[in-house]
Amino acid sequence: MTHHSTGRLPGAYLTTGSSSFAEFLSEQAPELLPGRRTPPAASVAAQVPHGTTIVSATFADGVVMAGDRRATMGNIIAQRDIEKVYPADEFSCVGIAGTAGLAVEMVRLFQAELEHYEKIEGTTLSIDGKANRLAALIRSNLAMAMQGLAVVPLFAGYDLQSRGGRIFSYDVTGGRYEETAFHAVGSGSLFARGSLKKLYRDDMSARECTTATLQALYDAADDDSATGGPDLARRIFPVVGVVTADGYQRVPDDEVGEIADEVIAARMRRPDGPAAALT
Amino acid sequence: MTTPFYVSPEQLMKDRADFARKGIARGRSVVVLQYADGIAFVAENPSQSLHKISEIYDRIAFAAVGRYNEFENLRIAGVRLADLRGYSYDRADVTGRGLANAYAQTLGAIFSSGGEKPYEVEIFVAEIGDDIEADQIYRLTYDGSVAVEEGYAVMGGAAENVSEYLREHYEAGKSLAEVVRFTADALGHDGQQVRQVPVEALEVAVLDRTRTRPRKFVRVRGERLASMYDGTEPRG
Repeated sequence: MTHHSTGRLPGAYLTTGSSSFAEFLSEQAPELLPGRRTPPAASVAAQVPHGTTIVSATFADGVVMAGDRRATMGNIIAQRDIEKVYPADEFSCVGIAGTAGLAVEMVRLFQAELEHYEKIEGTTLSIDGKANRLAALIRSNLAMAMQGLAVVPLFAGYDLQSRGGRIFSYDVTGGRYEETAFHAVGSGSLFARGSLKKLYRDDMSARECTTATLQALYDAADDDSATGGPDLARRIFPVVGVVTADGYQRVPDDEVGEIADEVIAARMRRPDGPAAALT
Repeated sequence: MTTPFYVSPEQLMKDRADFARKGIARGRSVVVLQYADGIAFVAENPSQSLHKISEIYDRIAFAAVGRYNEFENLRIAGVRLADLRGYSYDRADVTGRGLANAYAQTLGAIFSSGGEKPYEVEIFVAEIGDDIEADQIYRLTYDGSVAVEEGYAVMGGAAENVSEYLREHYEAGKSLAEVVRFTADALGHDGQQVRQVPVEALEVAVLDRTRTRPRKFVRVRGERLASMYDGTEPRG
């Protein structure tokens, strides 16, 4: 961040070639890069907040992503209204599971990276390009992940070329996997995925798809203590983002609340949720 | 032994300034104007891909005339500076004034350093505020001087002539379509002969206060621009 004594912008600003913000940071301010930190000697996983469950599902016009609102620190609920689904740029979003502090920082860097590329090049990255950039950021966090500070995001977006929603999942080594139809990450993801497996249909509307993701989060919270269920007393419900050809939109809280109320009302009659046909 | 020629500092600076000024006057003009919803940039630019007007950050845009490689270099430096500042502090901490300062220092240092040729560029840095009074427009010249502009400003090409036409026709608070029309006319009044600047040769972009997203920069092109240029845009 320091300028030369003349006040002139240092060389790194004026060199040509790179459209990557992370690459520029590594030249100009490497201390700001998450990957440059020294990992703690012992695991500190139980002493820092962790985000829990994120689910995502495609529908005819795009893709829906939803995340519960709980962050846990060992057996403690660190935060009950944390937001874990963020727009990455106009046509994509990212949900975070894992160490909250590192994950939020990674999302900020990812957002800056996409916007930076867009401004420098005058065009947006392809959705595969975006997914690969995120993989590179996750890979740089591997040393931290080995000490229990893993970040495992879920990335989803609208592909302007193929005109449909796409979902990508990752592992801590930066492995990138495209998912079909739906996916979930985080501590409650096994239950959420099982739930979506039974509920998912490929002809759902945006609202039906949102309902399916809320059902999946309910099932995750039902069986995983780290995933937050709907907080009726405080009216805290999952954060839901929808990406279509019109771009990213966060579903307004009262609309999510309305759908959550329907889900809860049905669970009063059948606590295990909607029953699927046997054959 | 040969005696080196003595050149007085005044002469040296004058030569460098003349050199830069000549380069800048060679191209076409760029106009920046305040309109009802923000700040508009209008340039005559036959290229659809090599832009003279660009986004820097949420509320800040950049326009330039002169040598493309030089102002492109400065544009990229501006984007890097803004993104780094926004990333390490907060989006709200990126200001047009900070950017104008960095450009002024850089241009000034290049202009007065003996080893480099001066940049043949002139730049506008504009930032929209919450209302017209809070808008900021800075003009930076090849030697690092900064001027604050209000209402409208022209740089590059036959800037004097274009400015003359705007002086007669500019009024504050006009709609974007009106601004586009009379600025296109103004760009055509750049010499003895009045020309018609075709819509294909116009590059138009705005910082639009009314946009709900944090990034207020939008390019106006295609049908939207054509309907403004023809005066057939839907009234609303």
